[in-house]
Amino acid sequence: MAERWVKVASEVGLHARPAAQFVEAASTAAGDVTLAKGDSSPVSAKSILAVMGLDVRNGDEIVISSDGEDAETVLDRLVEIASTA
Amino acid sequence: MADVLTGVGVSPGVGYGPVLRLARSVPQPDADARHSGDDTAEIQRAVQAMQDTADDLSARGERAGGEARQVLDAQALMARDPALSDDVRRRVGEGAAAERAVSEAMAVYREMLAGAGEYMAARVADLDDVRDRVLARLMGVPVPGIPESDTPFVLVANDLAPADTATLDPELVTGIVTREGGPTSHTAILARSLGLPAVVACPGVESIPEGTQLLVDGANGEVTSDPTASDVETLRAAASARAAAVAESSGPGRTRDGHPVPLLANIGGPADLGAAVANGAEGVGLYRTEFLFLDREHAPGHQEQVDAYREVLEAFPGGKVVVRTLDAGSDKPLAFLPPMGEEPNPALGERGMRMGRRVPEVTDAQLRALAEAQQGTQARLQVMAPMVTDAADAEWFADTAGRAGIHDAGVMVEVPAAALRAHHLAETAAFFSIGTNDLTQYTCAADREIGALGRFQDPWQTAVLDLIAATATAAGKADRSCGVCGEAAADPVLSCVLVGLGVTSLSMGATALPLVRAALAQATLEQCRRAGAAALAERGPGEAKRAAREHLPGLADLGF
Repeated sequence: MAERWVKVASEVGLHARPAAQFVEAASTAAGDVTLAKGDSSPVSAKSILAVMGLDVRNGDEIVISSDGEDAETVLDRLVEIASTA
Repeated sequence: MADVLTGVGVSPGVGYGPVLRLARSVPQPDADARHSGDDTAEIQRAVQAMQDTADDLSARGERAGGEARQVLDAQALMARDPALSDDVRRRVGEGAAAERAVSEAMAVYREMLAGAGEYMAARVADLDDVRDRVLARLMGVPVPGIPESDTPFVLVANDLAPADTATLDPELVTGIVTREGGPTSHTAILARSLGLPAVVACPGVESIPEGTQLLVDGANGEVTSDPTASDVETLRAAASARAAAVAESSGPGRTRDGHPVPLLANIGGPADLGAAVANGAEGVGLYRTEFLFLDREHAPGHQEQVDAYREVLEAFPGGKVVVRTLDAGSDKPLAFLPPMGEEPNPALGERGMRMGRRVPEVTDAQLRALAEAQQGTQARLQVMAPMVTDAADAEWFADTAGRAGIHDAGVMVEVPAAALRAHHLAETAAFFSIGTNDLTQYTCAADREIGALGRFQDPWQTAVLDLIAATATAAGKADRSCGVCGEAAADPVLSCVLVGLGVTSLSMGATALPLVRAALAQATLEQCRRAGAAALAERGPGEAKRAAREHLPGLADLGF
């Protein structure tokens, strides 16, 4: 199980285009990928509706976890998307 | 008697024809609809409809391209959402009919998005559109969208969804009117790109019966139902007079009696230079430099900055180029600036020059690059700082620019305090440039992003005109130039009023330049002054605009 903390730099948070990019990247993962914000329980990062429902805004800290074989690569890519302004 | 509704004109031109309404409604499934017993077949039916909808949305995105594509791709992801389809399978497994399962599963997410604040309102509409498309497939009814017609019509809708854009035939649609939306809505972007007249934010249009003849003025935002033949003729004549006036006016901006008013372009980077030159800009009145700094970990290096600035300066030999120093803040955070404290109200926070004073090394580096970029070019470089508030700010910026070798350093006037004390700021500022968007937001204490406060985001608000007049008067007394670089400069009637109040140059998005050039050419300086004084004497924006028009008879011929 790999895990990353990241502060969201996108101006619009994980809404609109960044959310779509995030979910598209997560969907390529072999295993489960989850996303949590603050004390919320983790949701599937492959579900755009769940990701948008978290209402992640600019400056929020999120935790991304994955258990697949490709976890490190997938998480690197997701951190990159979330930390791009 | 013709009925006239008023909205916001977002794409100029005249549209005329019978109303056809966008088909939106899809019958909703019964609350207790159950399927006949074969779970597997029913799940297959639901999943297939969602998959087909996703494929259709992706295909529409590919056809539409641009911004619409991003929205359509996000909608396709919704239709493919694995959590959503799991939920649908579960509900069908419990006996619900496919239609009901889809509708109920979507309702759960809809509520979640609606609860996530007004920011998500547009996403709720996108999700509703996906739901209606899936339901239409399941029920075998037409997928909602643009109505079928063999003859031209005016399209009326609550708002256009991005998915509609791919099926809209510009040969058949003569105009678009929506109840919702604003100048940056999907509808507006689409209409402009197709060159179709369009009016948005037009309450009341939803009750015009289908088939009514509708006349659409995409420049003024007026929508007339059952117009007389002469109404149609008058408007078409005004539109062609406007087109002719635009075609005839060229060269530097000036009033009818020859008073020069330089017409400049607002640009965000070298990419915007083509449109500026093509529309006859005499220079750049606002060069937003943020594009160089956004999306990167480190500040751009000296040479990179020099190159970007020089490219713009070289495009206007003999003209002036006004560069605004970096306008960052907690609403536009940059990775290489020190992290900001929590700002509940970023518009009132440490933005613009306030940030510039906290990290002077970034400001210094930018000013040094600008000074070097100017060398060897024939443009006149001016620099200005955003969010200047008082005389001490103006003095700090003039000193800092002077140390970098730039002596033509001015201030943006967007904070009411700066406007009211312009006479003191003029002691050190070489020029003023009024940013009417922020000045209006701060004068009326109305956030630019909040649609419900639209009434206050109007530069015709007479308190804003007062502050513009105070700034221009103080500038005139101190022999300083005073430009306007906000949206107000792009309004043909207001541009004449601004000149009448003492504004010396106008800067705007390049596409607005020809119409403003044509409008100025219709009015004398004395008429502009009388229009300005008349506007100031009124109590509100509507009255001010009417009073100004009375003194600008030449503009009436153009339908303004």
